[in-house]
Amino acid sequence: MSNKCGPPSTDRRRFIGGTLAAAGAMTLAPGVILHAVAANDKATAGASGEHRWGMVIDTDRCADGCSACVDACNKEHGLEGQGRPATDAVWIRPVKLKDRQTGHVNRLVMMCQHCEHPPCVDVCPTNASFKRVDGVVLVDRHRCIGCRYCMMACPYKARSFVHEALSNQSVNAPRGKGCVESCTLCVHRIDAGVMRTACQDACEKEGHAAIVFGDLKDPKSEIRRVLKTHDSVQIRADLELNTGVRYLNL
Amino acid sequence: MSKMYYRELRCGVPVRFWMGLTLLGSIIAIGLGAAYYMEHNGHWVTGMSNQVVWGLPHVFAIFLIVAASGALNVASIGSVFGGPMYKPLGRYSGLLAIGLLAGGLMVLLLDLGRPDRLIVAMTQYNFKSIFAWNVILYTGFFAIVGVYLWTMMDRSVGKYNRPVGFAAFFWRIALTTGTGSIFGFLVAREAYDAAIMAPMFVIMSFSYGLAFFIMTLITAYIWGDREIGDLRLARLKNLLGVFVGAVLYFVLAYNLTNLYITQHHGIERFILLDGGVYTQMFWIGQILVGSILPLFLLYSPAFEKSRWAIVAASVAVLIGGFFQIYVIVIGGQAYPMNLFPGKEVIESGFFDGQVADYAPTFPEAALGIAGIALSLAMVAVGARVFKVFPETLED
Repeated sequence: MSNKCGPPSTDRRRFIGGTLAAAGAMTLAPGVILHAVAANDKATAGASGEHRWGMVIDTDRCADGCSACVDACNKEHGLEGQGRPATDAVWIRPVKLKDRQTGHVNRLVMMCQHCEHPPCVDVCPTNASFKRVDGVVLVDRHRCIGCRYCMMACPYKARSFVHEALSNQSVNAPRGKGCVESCTLCVHRIDAGVMRTACQDACEKEGHAAIVFGDLKDPKSEIRRVLKTHDSVQIRADLELNTGVRYLNL
Repeated sequence: MSKMYYRELRCGVPVRFWMGLTLLGSIIAIGLGAAYYMEHNGHWVTGMSNQVVWGLPHVFAIFLIVAASGALNVASIGSVFGGPMYKPLGRYSGLLAIGLLAGGLMVLLLDLGRPDRLIVAMTQYNFKSIFAWNVILYTGFFAIVGVYLWTMMDRSVGKYNRPVGFAAFFWRIALTTGTGSIFGFLVAREAYDAAIMAPMFVIMSFSYGLAFFIMTLITAYIWGDREIGDLRLARLKNLLGVFVGAVLYFVLAYNLTNLYITQHHGIERFILLDGGVYTQMFWIGQILVGSILPLFLLYSPAFEKSRWAIVAASVAVLIGGFFQIYVIVIGGQAYPMNLFPGKEVIESGFFDGQVADYAPTFPEAALGIAGIALSLAMVAVGARVFKVFPETLED
């Protein structure tokens, strides 16, 4: 093969230019079409800024060995484990703690804390993670690209990535392989006017009543009464996220 | 100074080029197959989990993206800072930068939960997210470096070379700042949430990018039976030494700060003392192989004229750099988040308070290696099609 430098080939340039133009058109065209479809399909928001939904959890009432709230959440949202704890979705989990200095033991449940300033929403590149005006933090499963940056950013380890294909989903919570999800504060119930969460119902049924759900903005609500009369804490209050979930006796 | 002639790179035995390209193509095909396997089955077939959400593919992707912006430095020194010894290397610097970025982005994209939604990432932007900014910075980098190469290769637009070079230089600094800030802006985890992440990633890019550049430049000139002068290599070698030292300084500053802050003693102990594989990767991979060994090879009088020492130092920098990113990305996630300061987790339904297990799987590695192969294939084809290499680099 000759190593001599000949005149530049215009055919080659034309070919490269044409290939680049074709690749660009193929990348953009479907997006333009999808964008036009999306513009005609704006869902009407049902949430109202007059409310801020939240929870208070009394750690003294969270009973040892009980998993009623976890089971109820799994049933409500169709979360079926695959027997792989590291990758199975967990929306609510019990945690038992012992004070290193005093030895005092607490038990509580952790879930999405529905922050006023959620780090997951800040970092989401596509606005798939979002906060409704009533304070509920959700993931738009049509926008989530599965980058998992929100899972890196959440200080509460509240989110799960769907690691496999799903079947027999619950109508209460549409889910999808490759997307991230977390506690929705039973938003399907809120939107249907049922102001109780599945975990709260289960906890009460077991006779513990450790979970109170309600409107943090309503001065007459039970949750406001409890929070006004008891000292409560936010987990990782140092981050100043103003969580919608508060804890008693922690 | 005599006139510089550039020529397409052709190796003495043509079949070598096609064999090399076939090998790279096969590696890319295996990586694409691995990506299909992971996407088809879901991520449970990988080593990743809800505890370690970014795995080996992210290590490869970030490594390549960081190296890409650093590879452009040689061009910047030539056209922005007026270094005549570096100017003839500018074209290759740009080509390598584009190749490395493409390889890194391919890995990043194919590891998404929904890579089919690339169009969503390209049309929906949350401007508070550094990830969204990075989408713009990465795609913009291709465009700017493409124009930069054009101003270097076409004399009719040569007068724009300097301003475009400036733009490319600032863009590449922004790009690596953005990549470092992916971690710097994370308040949740103790290993991250530090402003030093952004400048540290910038200096890491200088080091990895130059190491990639030196290694591939020497290989290409051996491949094409062309000459490189000792003086030019000595310049590159000294520069690499400075960059390796600078990375070490930033690592020292980062760890000393954490060692001072009581709240961060846990993560420091994990990385420096009892983190098992992460501690070994830090001390043996990052510090010994990635920093001390290359500094010795670059500055020892015994290897003053040895080209093999320069290549070996570059390879050591890359191996150390890979481990550095691994420790940052995986080690930072493996260490448990401290949700309840002062309390010990004695029972949890989601691995709270436990060091997370992560063992990379073959498909993850195959996808990551395919990213490197894509970078090299693009560079090999680019160097054969375009006139990027000077006929000779004799002093």
